[in-house]
Amino acid sequence: MELHELSIFLALHYLRRRELSSVELTRAILKRIKRLDPLIHAYLRVTPELALKAAAEADRRRAQGEDLPLLGIPLAIKDVLCTKGIETTCGSRILHGFVPPYDATVVAKLRAAGAVILGKTNTDEFAMGSSTENSAYFPTRNPWALDRVPGGSSGGSAAAVVADLCLGAIGTDTGGSIRQPAAFCGVVGLKPTYGRVSRYGLVAFASSLDQAGPLAKNVTDCAILLEAIAGYDPKDSTSANLPVPSYTEALTGDIKGMRLGVPKEYFGQGLQPEVERAILEALRIWKLLGAEIIEVSMPHTEYALPTYYLLAPAEASANLARYDGVRYGYLYPEAQDIWDAYRKTRQFGFGAEVKRRIMLGTYALSAGYYDAYYLKAQKVRTLIKQDFDRALEVCDALIAPTTPTVAFHLGEKVEDPLQMYLQDVFTLSLNLAGLCGISIPCGFADGLPIGVQILGGAYQEETILRVAYAYEMATDWQFYNPEL
Amino acid sequence: MPLSREQVLHIAELAKLGLSEEEVTRFTEQLSEILAYAERLNALDTEAISPMAQAIIQRNVTREDVVQPSLPVEEVLANAPQRHENFFRVKPILEE
Repeated sequence: MELHELSIFLALHYLRRRELSSVELTRAILKRIKRLDPLIHAYLRVTPELALKAAAEADRRRAQGEDLPLLGIPLAIKDVLCTKGIETTCGSRILHGFVPPYDATVVAKLRAAGAVILGKTNTDEFAMGSSTENSAYFPTRNPWALDRVPGGSSGGSAAAVVADLCLGAIGTDTGGSIRQPAAFCGVVGLKPTYGRVSRYGLVAFASSLDQAGPLAKNVTDCAILLEAIAGYDPKDSTSANLPVPSYTEALTGDIKGMRLGVPKEYFGQGLQPEVERAILEALRIWKLLGAEIIEVSMPHTEYALPTYYLLAPAEASANLARYDGVRYGYLYPEAQDIWDAYRKTRQFGFGAEVKRRIMLGTYALSAGYYDAYYLKAQKVRTLIKQDFDRALEVCDALIAPTTPTVAFHLGEKVEDPLQMYLQDVFTLSLNLAGLCGISIPCGFADGLPIGVQILGGAYQEETILRVAYAYEMATDWQFYNPEL
Repeated sequence: MPLSREQVLHIAELAKLGLSEEEVTRFTEQLSEILAYAERLNALDTEAISPMAQAIIQRNVTREDVVQPSLPVEEVLANAPQRHENFFRVKPILEE
């Protein structure tokens, strides 16, 4: 086995036995990044000197007898999370050159757990997109087929994980941005319950929906990463003041008697037949493992997409008002007056999708349209949440496809925003309801990975991890890798 | 109801977002299409439903009013496109 193939769990095992040093491991990954990232473009920025320094420090601490949950493990961070002293652009021109004076709490927690940060991964601009093609810098390519997208917006993180350009990564999920790229790249991705992970230093897109979470090679690694980043943060008043359980202890493999709900609205029109077959086959395996499969109905599912595409842009239009060229980032240099400076800075600083959402959100919030669009969508959000509450009264978790199809070609949907939005049709209800979900690999169609989602109630991350792990133990999808 | 060109220009002005001619034309079409799709929500009777701003609600989160260290001024100002001493520098807001 080559070093870059190691999972976090195995690497920790070898590091603890002193059979491997963090410097060796980090060097091996940096070498692989140098060889392969010119093809994949998973990273916006690699920081080899900082990474090797952190790795040497991890080795020194370990030599002194210290041990920490991620001591010496090289990880990648999506470029929407602030990293102190490392440029953070959110994939946008408007933040070109921005060097945060502080770490996001997620990043600070990873550092405190001993992790080595390799660099910042590519993202759709301000996490708005489903293909990573909206990055202002370059698109990321799917390691399984370089002419296909890796999904988005955490496409850089997902591609880096499956191409072994890191041992694990952090992404963010506002409407599916962790789970959809995880499905397209054949990795595990978990969107935590709203409030489970601090949003401090996560550059805001839609504040009532955003959550950071792990992308990993397998369910165990995913649990290890979640345990490291979860928890209450006084700097984020929406973070939950609840203890963090040991997520790895939830991985028992035993799901006997668990009730898994299958919402019928997630199957049917628009779902690629091979994807549907893979989900049904996964359900058969969970049944063999002792779970009870129950059909449920979530009648408002079809309204999630229009609801999301009013609420998320509305929140975005308010959050992105801060980009005015005054305190950080790009400023249009030849403005006539302050108003001209605002308009031109935003005109040349933002890309097409961000502008589209600012426009949509501003309209939905504007006088005369607020009730018809924004308020209406907030009411439908209540109905969507009620669907989940009812389904989860009779089930422990819900099973659904993560995406309607496997990864599409670069350029296929960029000109048609509505078609691109339809990519998120199975993922964004969960964000509206504030609950947790995980996508895990469950097969292939035409050599491209398929993902299945396990959705759980508030703070039920242990449940969805347990269901995911039982399936992973019974199958071998995690051992398939793209040829690079 | 499709958006008019004037509406698109009005929204852009509310958002202080400069748009090229080509963007005005494209957004007029695309936003109309997206809004038409959003009008599916009108099929639902929501008269008796309360709006939801946040799915998981934390109520009355307070803390002691204790002064905590701020970010270092130099590090914060280091990102400013234009500065003057310890200030962010902007173009005049009030006319003389």
